[in-house]
Amino acid sequence: MSIVTEPTKPVATLPLDDAHVGNIDDYRANSLWRLTFRRLFRQRSALIGLILLAILLISAVFAPLIAPYDPEKPLIGIEAVGKREGPCIHILGCPSDRPQHIMGIDGNFRDVFSRIIYGTRVSLYVGLLTVGFAVITGTLLGAIAGFFGGWADNVIMRVLDVVLAFPFLLLAIAIVSVLGPGLTNAMLAIAIISVPAYARVTRASVLSVREMAFIEASRALGASNWHILFGRILPNSLPPLIVVATLGIATAILDTAALSFIGLGAQPPTPEWGSMLAIERNQVFSAPHLVFFPGLAIMTTVLAFNLLGDGLRDALDPRLVQGGAPK
Amino acid sequence: MTQYTIRRLIAAIPVIVGVLIVTFLLARAIPGEPCTAMFGEKATPAICATFNAEKGLDKPLSTQFVIFARDMLRGDFGESIRFKRPVLEILIERLPQTIELGVTAVLIAVSVGIPLGIISALRRNSPLDVITMIGANIGVSMPVFWLGLMLAYVFALLLKDTPFQLPPSGRLSPGVNPIPFYEVYGWQITAGTFRAGLADFLSKFYIFNSIITGNWAVLGDAIRHLILPAVALATIPLAIIARMTRSSMLEVLGQDYVRTAKAKGLRQRAVVMKHAFRNALLPIVTIIGLQFGLVLSGAILTETIFGLAGVGRSLYEAITARDYPIIQGFVVVIAIGYVLVNLLVDLSYAVLDPRVQLD
Repeated sequence: MSIVTEPTKPVATLPLDDAHVGNIDDYRANSLWRLTFRRLFRQRSALIGLILLAILLISAVFAPLIAPYDPEKPLIGIEAVGKREGPCIHILGCPSDRPQHIMGIDGNFRDVFSRIIYGTRVSLYVGLLTVGFAVITGTLLGAIAGFFGGWADNVIMRVLDVVLAFPFLLLAIAIVSVLGPGLTNAMLAIAIISVPAYARVTRASVLSVREMAFIEASRALGASNWHILFGRILPNSLPPLIVVATLGIATAILDTAALSFIGLGAQPPTPEWGSMLAIERNQVFSAPHLVFFPGLAIMTTVLAFNLLGDGLRDALDPRLVQGGAPK
Repeated sequence: MTQYTIRRLIAAIPVIVGVLIVTFLLARAIPGEPCTAMFGEKATPAICATFNAEKGLDKPLSTQFVIFARDMLRGDFGESIRFKRPVLEILIERLPQTIELGVTAVLIAVSVGIPLGIISALRRNSPLDVITMIGANIGVSMPVFWLGLMLAYVFALLLKDTPFQLPPSGRLSPGVNPIPFYEVYGWQITAGTFRAGLADFLSKFYIFNSIITGNWAVLGDAIRHLILPAVALATIPLAIIARMTRSSMLEVLGQDYVRTAKAKGLRQRAVVMKHAFRNALLPIVTIIGLQFGLVLSGAILTETIFGLAGVGRSLYEAITARDYPIIQGFVVVIAIGYVLVNLLVDLSYAVLDPRVQLD
């Protein structure tokens, strides 16, 4: 990032005459978020992530319009298709008298492409909801631990250490076994095991923000603990949390797919990519398209969030953020 | 350092106790009785009552926990409900396979990931760097189970009858029988003793066992079976390690002392390896340590796909079959192993960087 090396005039040395102070809007114009967005769009990989994400969002929202067939209803009696038939694409030489199925037919005579498109809905829903739950819980716990310290800190962090002492998938399997298999329970399990990550990030940034002068100022003005924590500290701890959460969506989608793969997540006939893969995994040698496309879909979605998360990290890096120096 | 190690080990005790409690409670919170899981349709109340009394499952939870914790401390892991064999025996049988797989995966990830990361950092923005980073991004986004299946498809089917054909399942080909090293050397070992257990445990590391007995046919076969699962398992850690190495190297390479070293006329190799890499190593080691947890989770999936009876798959099966003793024993051993790996990583900081004060 060239921004770091560019010599800029420190804000403090600006003469405090009316002309400069009057231009206070210039300072606001360069807010952290505006800078972040500008940097984000300048990075090629983050841009690719955003584009992929846009495509996924469009597929999810307009699934009924994009998908040519019903994702859950077998095509028996509707079309003459064979069980687990490979892809048939007209422009690639598939005879035009045969119905087009660009990703082939699955073991239940369903169009794989339609299922993949509808699967986008499931995956985005899983990613956003799981991380949403984990972020809220983790942030609360981490903020309380970091802000109040003492025994609250000790108890919360030690309990979370226990969660971290298990390999995550194992704990997720155990939790789902207790709650019973199903997509909602799988999501809950993944959310629970990702709470410690968010709690740690929040705690670390709360610890550093807590010591800053403006917090002392708030306190001097008589602000309550809760007001300082939620009104002052948490908003200033957001940047690292946003990065971790974006990358966390990728992990959550991947882990939920893994749980579905071992039969503990989404149940058939839900068009969920992990369970689509699981049902047909023994057919990998005879009908590889049934394994290939769901996996590719998972990978693309995870990749989109990973690229975006990495881009956000670079864009929000405090070492790259220049104060609000007027142009 | 000794003091630090002891302090860390003591600090790990509450975590291990927590793990014991959580494992114990989770195992019992799983709906369904071991009795019904065991006998299915035949589980009448009378049979279940005898069964529960025999396994101590009729006692109050707190009593059960005390007995469980006491046995654990003695190294007695109990007996599997399903297999009617000591849990320790099953662990000895299956742990080596998972360790072999996991360690191979981490070795692949480290030995490929670090050089890739270093070269990418040195040739920043070159085609090689761009390709490596694109590959790394795709690598971290790939589901292990999908990669495993696709690798099996490519190497067992598409490359069939070529020299690159690799077996898609199992640990050894049928008919290949490794002879335990203690039998080859003619050691007299009385069954049931600690020495017998240890010797048995070590001989289950097929690669190690075939090397020390000089059985090259078994070694080749074991390695061929290990390649696909290990590569599948190594991919995500490899990508993570390559990325971390690159960013850590880039940070160090930009520092003044590296420029000084170059200005002194040191060879590129010396500058990179002695001055830069050594200082870039700490974050890399941290991330490698974190990979062991990831590898253990991945092992559950990889073992399922490649038909390996390792710890991961056994645990998954034990959870479905409500085999409490296996769940508890395995999870506790894994958690302790995890705590120890983390400790080793922290200790290695002091070795790698003399400036690090452990206290």
